[in-house]
Amino acid sequence: MTVEHLFDQRGSVSGLTLTADVLVIGGGPAGAWAALLAAAQGAKVVLVEKGFLGTGGATAAGNTTTIHTLPGSDEREAAIQRRMAQAFGLAKQDWVERIIEDAFIHLNELADWGYPFPSTEDGVSYRGSLRGADYLRFMRRLLRKADVKVLDKSPALELLTSDGVVVGAAGTNRVSHERWTVRSGAVVVATGGCAFRSNALGTNGLTGDGYLLSAEAGAVFSGMEFTGQYGIAPAFSSVTKGIIYFWATFTDADGNVLERKGDRQAAVARHLMTGPVYAVLDQASPRVQEGMRRGQPNIFVPFDRKRIDPFTQRFPITLRYEGTVRGVGGLVIDATGATTVPGLFAAGDAASRENFVGATTGGGGPNSSWAMSTGARAGQAAAAFAAALGLRAQERRAQPAGVIGLRPAGPIDKELRVADVIAAVQQEILPLDRSYFRTGAALAASQERLNDLWREARAGFSASGDEVSDVREAASMIATARWIVASAMGRPESRGINRRLDFPNTDPAQQHRLTAGGLDKVWVEPETAMPRAMAS
Amino acid sequence: MIELVSQSRCIHCNACVNACPENVFDAVPGAAPVIARPDDCQTCILCELYCPTHALYVSPLADAHEIVDEALLEQAGLLGSFQRNMGWKRGVPAGTDQDLTYRMFEDRRVQP
Repeated sequence: MTVEHLFDQRGSVSGLTLTADVLVIGGGPAGAWAALLAAAQGAKVVLVEKGFLGTGGATAAGNTTTIHTLPGSDEREAAIQRRMAQAFGLAKQDWVERIIEDAFIHLNELADWGYPFPSTEDGVSYRGSLRGADYLRFMRRLLRKADVKVLDKSPALELLTSDGVVVGAAGTNRVSHERWTVRSGAVVVATGGCAFRSNALGTNGLTGDGYLLSAEAGAVFSGMEFTGQYGIAPAFSSVTKGIIYFWATFTDADGNVLERKGDRQAAVARHLMTGPVYAVLDQASPRVQEGMRRGQPNIFVPFDRKRIDPFTQRFPITLRYEGTVRGVGGLVIDATGATTVPGLFAAGDAASRENFVGATTGGGGPNSSWAMSTGARAGQAAAAFAAALGLRAQERRAQPAGVIGLRPAGPIDKELRVADVIAAVQQEILPLDRSYFRTGAALAASQERLNDLWREARAGFSASGDEVSDVREAASMIATARWIVASAMGRPESRGINRRLDFPNTDPAQQHRLTAGGLDKVWVEPETAMPRAMAS
Repeated sequence: MIELVSQSRCIHCNACVNACPENVFDAVPGAAPVIARPDDCQTCILCELYCPTHALYVSPLADAHEIVDEALLEQAGLLGSFQRNMGWKRGVPAGTDQDLTYRMFEDRRVQP
């Protein structure tokens, strides 16, 4: 069934229909903060989440460190300087200062509202980390108290627009298969990043859905080339808890210790391309070991269940792709969370973190701070946008904006199946010699294959044998892969997590952001003082 | 990936059906949920956290299925072990304030 069934020719709608001031798409930390702060402005808020608000997304399964530093303290100054030093010249100081300050405020709000932060042995409340499942369950409770309507198992399929302004979204329910439509004054996209179903912990639902539906409304991306991002996991396992490998010794098959200078992952990546790599966490003191065990029990699930003592026994490791979940790229937003499309806001991993982390990963503290700050700001700005519309909001005529997988350009191709499309995209993105180490030749070959795949899918991909939400996920992955590949081709230098073997050096002349976008025709261009989409 | 819904422990509350972010389970009226889409499991282990009776077992293997023996898992103390180690009780968050993660930052190897 395609969405035409939902929108008949007069534009009227069947299925569940709701109206709201603000619709939030995505129920991870960024979406939860957006919904909470929009509701605090007095907005009527609906939040849709494709999984379950509490377990969906990378934070719930992974836990996260945070940045909690007192304003004016040495720690605050050091945190700001560390971000600027690690950004390869692409962060903006005012963004870094704002986000770190916002994170401090929001972490303290969590404490004020009753989140049970632990205390150190000195009796000091410790706000430097959050257990993901506990954090999101707590946010869920706050949202219920704030009268936010949460729809679980409810992926968004497409945005609704009216004369270029976003006026809502439509989607489906994965259990009942009932369609839903929400007409709203504004929409916040907080759908997370895209890790291409790599099995990195908690990321398989993060398939770039929000990128595709935003791009269909004309939204613009940046930092998509800074996506050579992988997490280390025990080879058999999903548990990409990179933090524990700060205490690791890495060895090859013969037991030779790998050198560790520079990027601690680079030696691992190089050796994994030719053979197995092992790790043992033999640098961790008993006190640190206890910190891991009683802080992050998910670390030990694979070890305990395979009867491995990771502190004394070496175990095989692998790198799982994390893409824009812990990399950089995403939708371009301004300081309020507004995208380049009126009525459309973005937050968290769905938004480009380039102004905050530059060319490198923000995994851990930076990313969780980014989610709180951009989520809260996008929620507030979306509520203000909706309030300014007043009664006109619901009078606007809505047109569905979705294209690929919903409204095929040609005859339906029943042979084109979701599993095959995903496998084809993964081949261009997941291998280490595609995304960890890039070359112009490999990128050009990927680009050609992905363009062919897009044309084929644009023509005939539809939910003939698969769930429509799965079709849209696969389509989102093709689109995201194309922006990534085109952006990496547009940056012939190595900077941060864009590692070009054919251009190993950083080129001072390329110290600028790249914006990207487009569907049938993908474009990439250097950001000028006024990016093209902002100027139009 | 998810390998077991214990028929003897399950109380048919469907907490796992609701909580699974990947929609792996289907509810069955008057019976334990079934693992309807086992290959969609992302090995996040969060269903175990939400299960009030420790009736679920997620194998640590993320890319392959394995056959498990409930009696052996029970004997090894692995049914509900993740929830116990987190400190959650009957599928409800607890133990949050017992988190010792801060110790991982004391030797300055990692900076947030």
